Amino acid sequence: MTTIPQQPARHEQPPLIEIEGLTKRFGAFTAVDDVSFSVKRGEVLGFLGPNGAGKSTTMRMLAGFMIPTSGSARIQGHDVQSDGVAARKVLGFLPEGAPTYPEMTVESFLAFCARIRGYRGSDMQDRVDYALHLTTLRGVRLQPVETLSKGFKRRVGLAQALLHDPPVLVLDEPTDGLDPNQKHEVRLLIERMAPNKAIVISTHILEEVDAVCSRAIVIARGRVVADATPAALAQRHPSGKLEDVFRSLTQEEAA
Amino acid sequence: MRAILIVAGRELRGYFATPVASVFIVIFLVLQGALTFNMGNFFDRGQADLVPFFSFVPWVFLLLIPAITMRLWAEERRLGTIELLLTLPITQGQAVIGKFLAAWAFCAIALALTFPFVIAVNILGQPDNGVIAAGYIGALLVAGAFLSIGAALSAATRNQVIAFVLAVAVCFVFAIASHPVISEFLAKNSPTIGAITRRVAVIDRFGNFTRGIIALRDLIFFATFIGFWLFLNTVLVDQRKAD
Repeated sequence: MTTIPQQPARHEQPPLIEIEGLTKRFGAFTAVDDVSFSVKRGEVLGFLGPNGAGKSTTMRMLAGFMIPTSGSARIQGHDVQSDGVAARKVLGFLPEGAPTYPEMTVESFLAFCARIRGYRGSDMQDRVDYALHLTTLRGVRLQPVETLSKGFKRRVGLAQALLHDPPVLVLDEPTDGLDPNQKHEVRLLIERMAPNKAIVISTHILEEVDAVCSRAIVIARGRVVADATPAALAQRHPSGKLEDVFRSLTQEEAA
Repeated sequence: MRAILIVAGRELRGYFATPVASVFIVIFLVLQGALTFNMGNFFDRGQADLVPFFSFVPWVFLLLIPAITMRLWAEERRLGTIELLLTLPITQGQAVIGKFLAAWAFCAIALALTFPFVIAVNILGQPDNGVIAAGYIGALLVAGAFLSIGAALSAATRNQVIAFVLAVAVCFVFAIASHPVISEFLAKNSPTIGAITRRVAVIDRFGNFTRGIIALRDLIFFATFIGFWLFLNTVLVDQRKAD
């Protein structure tokens, strides 16, 4: 089992991500129920939960895309609702399913994102090259996104999130649809970036949490049911397996 | 402003990357040509002007513009790219205006491609080109008005067919608001509303332009009209983006 070297405690720094009492109701259905947590620089938070538990909804609210029913989220001190543009400037967000404009080439899509983020000329080209390099997309840079395989599309979405080297990364299922080699590459990438960023990744692949996360939050039916290091979490079940802990935590809730 | 233009630029290139642009432009030109020459008696009138041409423009727009706008927001939702676009560091207003400007620029291109009509009347006679220019400005403003309606309705529903039908219906209402059938009915039953509908009739305003009159109050009308619908569009995007 790989462990991530623990970052020295940096109490003097405020958390890069602060979520307080975030709640989202759709009619009578409560998708996210009073979720609070914060993520500091150097932390990689694994966001776990069964499908429909409220992972994507929480991340959408964190990215300022969905308006919470109540509660608030701040990114580097900027409220995502009242100061959204400033918050989104320092955020790299990979939405669920890694949406991209299908008719654009990889390079023109990334150039569009770079330009929107205020880069111009050679700066912009540098940013695009950097993102292409990080996600090993150089070979397909001139191909329209719609002609790419699922794994490549996911990496285009990832490239877009990493392009401006943001201090806060929120990635909704970054390794979904990737083959084992690509998954490994993305995990290495996340590990490399981890010391300088606050990263939240959602996944339902438990080995991934073991591999890259310094902390795991389990969410079930919209509520946080566990918040601990992966190792501490695994010990909650006699078998010592994260899988068993996950099952007991989330099924208990569903029952 | 820069963000608006970047969004608009991407959007406009998107039209030309798909068959949407060529189909729209070809159909627009064919319809305009057929209507002007056949129903408009372009030649038999024996007058060197574009009156028959401009008289059909709003009706062709009424049919074709909702076809452009129906996908404006609905398509972003279908692809999920709305989540990408609105989590970039731009305001929703910038996204709304950028998309609108791209669609408007596209309509301007389609209108510009009707230049053979202008050449034709100039060869056949001595038209008042100032009146023709005013007509083109009016046509562009009608396109903007219809586009702003369609864009807002596209943000209101995720179903493209509903967006299309609603846009045609609402554009139609604003187009014919001053038609005698409607104004007489309203004058009898509700004079206040009748007075209002006469003022919001897009076709009447356009009529002034085709006669060569560019009045400030007509320009203010179109600016207010488009501004209102874009504002509504922003509100709708904000409320319904995540639905």
